[in-house]
Amino acid sequence: MTNKTDPSGDVRLTGIAKTYGSFTAVHPLDLTVPQGSFFALLGASGCGKTTTLRMIAGLEEPSAGTVFLGDQDVTALPPYKRPVNTVFQSYALFPHLDIFENVAFGLRRRGWKSVKKQVEEMLELVQLGEQARKKPHQLSGGQQQRVAVARALINHPKVLLLDEPLGALDLKLRRQMQLELKRIQTEVGITFVHVTHDQEEAMTMADTVAVMNAGRVEQLGAPTELYENPRTTFVANFLGTSNFIEAEVDSKSGEEIVLKAGGGKLVLPEARCSAPAGTGGKVLVGVRPEKISLTHADDAGEIPEGRNRITGRIADSSFIGVSTQYVVDSPVCSDFEVYAQNIDRDPRLVPGAEVVLHWNPAHTFGLDAAQDADAGVEEAA
Amino acid sequence: MPFVNWLKRNLVVLAGLLTLSYLLLPNVVVTVFSFNKPKGRFNYEWQQFSLDAWKDPCGVSGLCGSLSLSLQIAVWATLGATLLGTLIAFALVRYRFRARGAVNSLIFLPMAMPEVVMAASLLTLFLNMGAQLGFWTILIAHIMFCLSFVVTAVKARVMSMDPKLEEAARDLYAGPFQTFVRVTLPIAAPGIAAGALLAFALSFDDFIITNFNAGSTVTFPMFVWGSAQRGTPVQINVIGTTMFVVAVLFVLVSMVAGNRRNRQKA
Amino acid sequence: MPTLTEAPPPLAPGAPESKPPKRRGRFTPYWLLLPGILWLVVFFALPMIYQASTSVQTGSLEQGYKVTWHFATYWDALSAYWPQFVRSVLYAGTATILCLLLGYPLAYLIAFRAGRWKNLIMILVIAPFFTSFLIRTLAWKTILADGGPVVGAFNTLHVLDVTNWLGMTAGDRVLATPLAVVCGLTYNFLPFMILPLYTSLERIDGRLHEAAGDLYARPWTTFRKVTFPLSMPGVVSGTLLTFIPAAGDYVNADLLGSTDTRMVGNVIQTQFLRVLDYPTAAALSFILMAAILLMVTLYIRRSGTEDLV
Repeated sequence: MTNKTDPSGDVRLTGIAKTYGSFTAVHPLDLTVPQGSFFALLGASGCGKTTTLRMIAGLEEPSAGTVFLGDQDVTALPPYKRPVNTVFQSYALFPHLDIFENVAFGLRRRGWKSVKKQVEEMLELVQLGEQARKKPHQLSGGQQQRVAVARALINHPKVLLLDEPLGALDLKLRRQMQLELKRIQTEVGITFVHVTHDQEEAMTMADTVAVMNAGRVEQLGAPTELYENPRTTFVANFLGTSNFIEAEVDSKSGEEIVLKAGGGKLVLPEARCSAPAGTGGKVLVGVRPEKISLTHADDAGEIPEGRNRITGRIADSSFIGVSTQYVVDSPVCSDFEVYAQNIDRDPRLVPGAEVVLHWNPAHTFGLDAAQDADAGVEEAA
Repeated sequence: MPFVNWLKRNLVVLAGLLTLSYLLLPNVVVTVFSFNKPKGRFNYEWQQFSLDAWKDPCGVSGLCGSLSLSLQIAVWATLGATLLGTLIAFALVRYRFRARGAVNSLIFLPMAMPEVVMAASLLTLFLNMGAQLGFWTILIAHIMFCLSFVVTAVKARVMSMDPKLEEAARDLYAGPFQTFVRVTLPIAAPGIAAGALLAFALSFDDFIITNFNAGSTVTFPMFVWGSAQRGTPVQINVIGTTMFVVAVLFVLVSMVAGNRRNRQKA
Repeated sequence: MPTLTEAPPPLAPGAPESKPPKRRGRFTPYWLLLPGILWLVVFFALPMIYQASTSVQTGSLEQGYKVTWHFATYWDALSAYWPQFVRSVLYAGTATILCLLLGYPLAYLIAFRAGRWKNLIMILVIAPFFTSFLIRTLAWKTILADGGPVVGAFNTLHVLDVTNWLGMTAGDRVLATPLAVVCGLTYNFLPFMILPLYTSLERIDGRLHEAAGDLYARPWTTFRKVTFPLSMPGVVSGTLLTFIPAAGDYVNADLLGSTDTRMVGNVIQTQFLRVLDYPTAAALSFILMAAILLMVTLYIRRSGTEDLV
């Protein structure tokens, strides 16, 4: 993944760990963030993502391991000697300085005499040219956020660290700022490391997402990869919603695994199974709610061959507008969730109706059955 | 009964205003009696209007000398207590260390101790050491009892300060010293100023501790005390009135200036 | 691939995010503390020890004093001056209760009802601090003067009959009576009651009043069940800040009272500065300190508030 042309903006963590007394905030961790990428550390609060970020910034001393920026070992450098800048959660703008001086702070500390041009350009980039002489508390949340970004970016850091930078904004503004940050990142080409607990935010903005849980990285990859092919129940539940069926490996044919669940059979592509799948072994079969089609039991004959199917009874349905969400009670899994787009609504699909759920086997994924199927459900709330 | 209802609703306001007038009544009396021309040595009964005392505020021997001595002591005591107290406050908020509990009690006890006890025990120390009572012993005592109040004021401010601000400064290439001077100190300044103001007021107005440890040196409160026995000159009221007016004006001006600054920026 | 068989660790008591920044330099806090703490040790703590030692010395001014562990001084001091001790507690206690009764409405007014007058009233509460309290206390001599308007009004309203019966006044005088001393103490320490009360009242969310009203509480019930309990920290620190200095005060008793209203502060002052009987004065001062610390500790225990200032 490393960009070979200019590795000086790579962030490389090797065996980095942090313990507070007997509590391990971050387990030994290896991570490489390639130059110029938009990288997200995603996880619930207390999962170690902020600690990891602070160790890159130098605000937290690692208990073990090394932090590299490009080829330089910066582990022992204090934050004010690292070519890294941070956009803090709730911004940490200096309340006694105006916007101009806030943005100029880093340049002045590095001994720049004339900063006017740089600061003005920077304020233009974040569209705050008019506000230069105001104090932080006179700006709105979104404006303060942009000042925080400008204050960090003006120093041309090798890496920009963002610690839940949008957490304090309301939903609409957050969407807007997500696009804005993405635009700025593309424009300046600096490596961004973004910490967030909002999976939508991580998926919208980042090229690569690392999902963290309990001080470890659970899975790392592109957003679509993480969503379509999660490798742990935590990732499957934390990013969106997943349905799980406990199944037993029946046989393997070519690149497909055939599983027994309840009375029926399910097909799972072997490439999408992260669990050891010996015959007779247990596997958690997962499928996303929007991949599933619902057909009334009376029309079961019309379902094409080759699709995975299970039967059940609709327990509940709620109309959302773009879709209808059903909860289906099935012998293999209670509370099966199905999101059906409202194209042709079948009026018979009401609570109590007997239905067949069916989906393309290519959308199935298989996970190790030894884990808790509900991991990450609470945290994703 | 609209009046009864109005009374019920505003009873607390009336009671509050009554208390306020109780608080301000002596100041009114002090001001009015600064224009008195008393018969005899004591200025307790109204005789006739006169501007004599206002024209010659230093006309009583020793009065203005004691006033200037009190001001000098208050300035030095404020500087000393603010410096030492600010250092302690930072240590308490920003660091973990052993003996924290002991330090906290040592800060708290002087505020929970009747002045007369501190005054008497300090005098015992000075007598035992054979120290010469006067300016220095007063100054030592004042710094001692102002210290705790400064610590409390500064601590409150530093505690409410977001530690992320200092992290942000360090992240933006400010070393420890720069961080302290450019960020920590300016943000803690209102707390330090409040502590200093309190120290000044406490020191300037202190009588009990000073009375024990002053020897034959006479500060302004001691002059007033002495005059209560020998005869109260009208000039005392002139100075009291001036102090009140200056204090109110000082606060009003700083408030108006603060308001205007905020409005301009908005 | 990480396994998920381990239970997730519990959240550390101070989650990493909220820890204060760790500093390098282990001795820095001690250097910061050193000068101020040294000052307090030498000029506050050490004197207490000297005073304790002085209280068990015997001798005379001419021949010098020696530690003879003469604890009888304490007994003699107590038996000679117990009326002054009782008076100190009584006067200071009455003044504290009066401060609470008078100060609460004003603190409430500033916190909730003053609107745009809030800052002005605040200034008027604090500003008298900047006029020497001795001058202001002397003004009470004028206000309470014999035959003056206040005494006249008290006479007409039969207030003096009540206070005479209570032993607070004698005849138609207010000056040089316990009432005058209590009045002066109340006046002098009232701001120390109002400020903490105001601070704790101001912290109360105004919506709590609305919520209480919404839940069928009448204004008085709202006050009793919501406002007052929430202002308890202010009440506790206010009463302490009033009672402690009032109990040790001798200025009001001296300026506004008579020989019959002398408090323990007056005795300590006289013994120390006029009679020069240091052991007795030190013993009295020590007893006063111990009594106040004991009372304060018990009071804090009972009211269950640990954070004072």
